[in-house]
Amino acid sequence: MPDLCLTDINKYYGDVHAVKNVSLEVPSGEFVVLVGPSGCGKSTLLRSIAGLEDISDGDIKLGQRSIAGLAPRDRNIAMVFQSYALYPYLSVYENIAFGLRARKTPQAEIDRQVAWASDVLDIGDYLKRFPRELSGGQRQRVAIGRAIVRDADLFLFDEPLSNLDAKLRDGMREEIKRLHEKLGKTFIYVTHDQIEAMTLAQRIILLRDGEIEQAGAPLDLFERPNNTYVAGFLGSPTMNFVEVTVKDGSMVLPDGQALSVNGAIRDGAYTWGVRPEHFSQSDEGGQGLRAKLEVIQPTGSRSYGTFHLAGVHLIAELGAHVGEQDRREVTLSVALERTVFFDKASGKAVG
Amino acid sequence: MIRWDRGWRLTLRVACALMVTIVFLFPVYWLAAISIKTPNEIYSYPPVWLPAQVNLSSYMTLFRDGDAWSVWHSLVTAGVSTVFAMFIGTIAAYSIVRFRTGGDHLAIWIISQRMIPPICVAFPIFLLYVSWQIVDTYVGLILLYTAFNVPYVTWMMRGYIQEIPLELEQSAMVDGLTRWSVLWKVVMPMARAGLFATAVFTFIFAWNDFLFALILTKSEVVTYTVKVTGYFGSQSTFWSKIGAMSMLGVLPMILVVGTMQRFIVRGISLGAVKG
Repeated sequence: MPDLCLTDINKYYGDVHAVKNVSLEVPSGEFVVLVGPSGCGKSTLLRSIAGLEDISDGDIKLGQRSIAGLAPRDRNIAMVFQSYALYPYLSVYENIAFGLRARKTPQAEIDRQVAWASDVLDIGDYLKRFPRELSGGQRQRVAIGRAIVRDADLFLFDEPLSNLDAKLRDGMREEIKRLHEKLGKTFIYVTHDQIEAMTLAQRIILLRDGEIEQAGAPLDLFERPNNTYVAGFLGSPTMNFVEVTVKDGSMVLPDGQALSVNGAIRDGAYTWGVRPEHFSQSDEGGQGLRAKLEVIQPTGSRSYGTFHLAGVHLIAELGAHVGEQDRREVTLSVALERTVFFDKASGKAVG
Repeated sequence: MIRWDRGWRLTLRVACALMVTIVFLFPVYWLAAISIKTPNEIYSYPPVWLPAQVNLSSYMTLFRDGDAWSVWHSLVTAGVSTVFAMFIGTIAAYSIVRFRTGGDHLAIWIISQRMIPPICVAFPIFLLYVSWQIVDTYVGLILLYTAFNVPYVTWMMRGYIQEIPLELEQSAMVDGLTRWSVLWKVVMPMARAGLFATAVFTFIFAWNDFLFALILTKSEVVTYTVKVTGYFGSQSTFWSKIGAMSMLGVLPMILVVGTMQRFIVRGISLGAVKG
């Protein structure tokens, strides 16, 4: 199976520069997730790989073969669409067999492939039904089935789970991951959902305004974001950002409280990035901040508390049983070594 | 009390439906009745509501004299032109919708052709046909009906094609189809109801045309609409022949609409409510 290589991809829609100089190499068998807010160019990039959009500039190679100028059907790519794109006038069997028939596959081979796919996706019982008789989750499986029966070099997923309700989405996520392991093929997956990106990807490509903001393993991006944008995009609840100044080895917060940073950070103005789980509540001293707990949001397994600290609201992860009696000024200890400092002016991570 | 009320309402509803049905069906019935009446029955007063016997002599005359061929002429010109118009109009509509051919305004330009009163162009077309030597030929009428129906087909199919989700076509292209096979295997089945409804109306327009058939035919390819008028005379009017010929003109319509009813209703209502 060939590697995918994108070189300096540009895409203009009139005056709008939708994809800017994106270069990317995806080794065979990798699960890559393109993630970013709507309008960041992730879908455009995916559709360019599929051949549904022409690129304005750059090259796309599958192995040694340049596919940039080819029609979609000549690229040997399979794609799963957000709306499932099932043909309402064809049975589930025929929907799955559609791509095989288009390529003039012998009937015996079609039977074998459809049986295999329906077995993998557990849709064997619905083969004779029509798409309108299926639930959203079942339709999604059929759509995936249609992609995997073809021996494609590359599998593209364009927000395949965003039409499903939350519970189904969790289940399908797991199945897609399992499917990737089973097939061992290259998956490129587009989503705006950071949880999908974190859970599925071997590598996340985070895009903003048509440019790659940061690429890497999910935990790398999560723990060592390049800038405030990446830091704020990944993680839920999002990272807290506090404007601080560092002077003589101690970090001064807006309300005047100070924490020692042991000279690891040079003097200057910073945006301090601290995730909710970097806080823990303790009334003992140590490296702690005094702040007033204002709102408690229990989720069952843990609670999120909103603290007020000199005009800034901080969200901290607390124990599940934090209650009304805790709505007072408490001490939050901070795992400082896990927090991130960003240059205040540029937003880039330092250290 | 409630039961009575309900029964009363049902009766009223059925009565209304019956009345409307009678109003619409009576002319057809009267035509059919005239076609099988004897001359005495046709002219008798008070009118004979139910002919005493089925007298098929008018039909026999039409077939013996060869006048019935005019129905065949209508069938060929309307049928062939419908096939052509459907083909050209559908691909034109696809092109307008998917490739934005002609920008935003081409579709309205095309449909504006329907707004010209046909009589304004009838004589220029006649002169053109004379110089092309296609007056009184199948080619002439088929060409004309095709030309007149393409805008209608384009306009209607444009609406139906717009309703087809783009992703269906894109998925098919990624799966290995060419544009043409996408048109055939995705667009056609998706727009099937609209396709049938449009085809039926296109056929009806051509079938019912009188003006152009009158001007552009003489003796060879006379359509049934023109033939009927020949039975009105200054001395005598052959009512039973008019009735019989008209019935021959109505029957194919009843057949077409009857078999296609399901598609026509769905096709018409498809564009009406956006899902």
